[in-house]
Amino acid sequence: MTDTTPNPSRRTPHYVSDEPWDPYVADKLTAEQERYYMAGQWKLMWWRFRRHRPAVVSAIFLILIYFSTLISEFIAPYDLHTRHSRYIFAAPQSVHLFHEGKFLGPFVYGLKTDRDPATLQRIYAPDTTKPQQLRFFCLGASYEFWGLIEGSFHFVCPPEGGTFFWLGTDRLGRDMFSRIVYAARISLTIGIIGIALSFALALILGGLAGYYGGWIDSVVQRVTEIIKSFPHLPLWLALSAALPVTWSPLLVYFGITIILALLDWPGLGRAVRSKLLSLREEDYAAAAQMMGAKPARIIGRHLLPGFMSHLIASATLSIPSMILAETALSFLGLGLRPPITSWGVLLNEATDINVVAVNWWLMLPVVPVILVILAYQFMGDGMRDAADPYA
Amino acid sequence: MLNFIIRRVLLMIPTLFVISALVYFIIDLPPGDCVTSQIDELLARGDADAHQRADELRELYGLNHPLWYRYLEWVGGIFRWDFGLSCQDTVPVSELIGERLALTIVMETSTIAFIWIASFVIGVYAATHQYKLGDYVASFIGFIGLAVPNFLLALVLLYVGKVYFGLSIGGLMDPEYIDRPLSWGKVTSIMQHLIIPVIVIGMSGTAGMIRRLRANLLDELQKQYVVTGRAKGLPPMKLLVKYPLRHAINPFVADIGGLLPDVISGSVIVSVVLSLPTTGPMLLGALKTQDVNLGATFLLFVAALTVIGMLISDLALAALDPRIRFGATSEK
Repeated sequence: MTDTTPNPSRRTPHYVSDEPWDPYVADKLTAEQERYYMAGQWKLMWWRFRRHRPAVVSAIFLILIYFSTLISEFIAPYDLHTRHSRYIFAAPQSVHLFHEGKFLGPFVYGLKTDRDPATLQRIYAPDTTKPQQLRFFCLGASYEFWGLIEGSFHFVCPPEGGTFFWLGTDRLGRDMFSRIVYAARISLTIGIIGIALSFALALILGGLAGYYGGWIDSVVQRVTEIIKSFPHLPLWLALSAALPVTWSPLLVYFGITIILALLDWPGLGRAVRSKLLSLREEDYAAAAQMMGAKPARIIGRHLLPGFMSHLIASATLSIPSMILAETALSFLGLGLRPPITSWGVLLNEATDINVVAVNWWLMLPVVPVILVILAYQFMGDGMRDAADPYA
Repeated sequence: MLNFIIRRVLLMIPTLFVISALVYFIIDLPPGDCVTSQIDELLARGDADAHQRADELRELYGLNHPLWYRYLEWVGGIFRWDFGLSCQDTVPVSELIGERLALTIVMETSTIAFIWIASFVIGVYAATHQYKLGDYVASFIGFIGLAVPNFLLALVLLYVGKVYFGLSIGGLMDPEYIDRPLSWGKVTSIMQHLIIPVIVIGMSGTAGMIRRLRANLLDELQKQYVVTGRAKGLPPMKLLVKYPLRHAINPFVADIGGLLPDVISGSVIVSVVLSLPTTGPMLLGALKTQDVNLGATFLLFVAALTVIGMLISDLALAALDPRIRFGATSEK
């Protein structure tokens, strides 16, 4: 056996800290931890949402595109209804930067119109001899901003004496890009208004069913079952065909949102009901009841906040289906009617495949529809993950 | 089990009645009727007898009866396979819809079959090859399916087929077979034309199913018993098929109830876009012209198809899963 006692000369010197002894040192939190543990529920959700990159990008995209609907008049170079009878089905004019090797800044080539001798179709060819410079932050076609203020300031204007059809024109010679920009107003708001209505219906009906149970519950349950078991599109078609032709386009717009909401609430309503059913058995609900709180207060003040974040997340996930439903209905000619213009109404022009085969730019409204739906999908996923920050 | 079936069938009947009444009243809701537009046309042509003709037509279609009477007559006729007269062509609805119903059923069942087979193969592959190339490809397909609405997909395919391949995708059979009796050539022609619509309609359903199967199977594959099995030297195929797969496969049957309304909705709009001779385009026309008998018959048929499909899926699930058979609810 060897001697295990350490060599006395290599022993570290005895050391005592002069600082006062704090018995809670192990429980102390760093500033970082402190911030995390003291953060409120919504703050935690925000932190978690921020980690979901695609969701954040999508959210920024959606904010931008919704902001664009506020200032459509500035962004669109032309008015929604201006017809250019000389440029019917004009092909998109692409934006160039270099003319014969020289940098000119953004410009377009003017369009030369010709007729095909055989089919008599108009053919547009860029006139590459004369570049026409685009103007930015300029005065152009006049408009009424939100139908209130007259103005003519645009972000981009066609060149002097020229045209700027970035995405081509339709069968009446209306600029597609301007129309897509204006149509975003209708297409994007219909989802928001529709989901707000559906949300309200779900809260009221699901809340009643979940809190009271009994016959109210059975009635609501049967109704949701019938609505859910029926394919939505045919029912949407029937309902929107039932909107009187004599209604003004604005009334039709609200009619369509109501129809969309009427068929959409059962999903959310079910979630509200089942959550309430379980939450009303909790002690704090019983305590509130014994203290004499009215049902409306118990539901609204004590029970709903417990799963509001989940509801908002699932509501966000059903906005795209509303936008799609409107697009489908208008596409089939049973939804919105001109002069109200949505992406679906624009796509309605693309129903005849022979027209589209020649004028492919009529299909372009598909692009914003898909982008917005994808963005909502990603954002909704991120929100759903963030909805339960303690998980 | 028998009790369960009987209860479900009995529940089906009132549901279908409510739906039939609802659709009949909704279609009849707008002011005017299907004769109005025809008469307006006659008046515009300066036909002096238009009003008398209108009365005759209304008499013929029974439109001078109150709504509830017409509804009862229509519902009563259903049991005799008599759905009244279609307003558009003055022919019995039952003659108009026969072949279209058959083609619709063929299309929808093949779509469901496609969704099952495609998502089963892709889902299992993606789960067993997690984070490999195939998995990413599967996720990508799934994403396209979820994000691109099927009627836009149909439109784009139609465009691509027309412009780049000179194909006309529309229709459900070669023109020479239209209005011909069923033959072997007709069947193969229908089969060939079915491929595109089936893929288009089934895309989003497949996407959802792949995601769910992959997630379920991944959960299952990480469990202890799989590890034990592998440690004891079970062959990999047996280790996959015998337990985890059986467990993960429940949504295939359970989800048909949720899948069917989507498939039917999708088939209606896709068949309008691709102008397929199924119920979609005719339903749209009937709704636009307020042809109540025709429209309501289609809608009722669609509802019946959904309800029956859900019943079958419930029964199959009960047969497969003892937890449901013995009354416990399945939690997802």
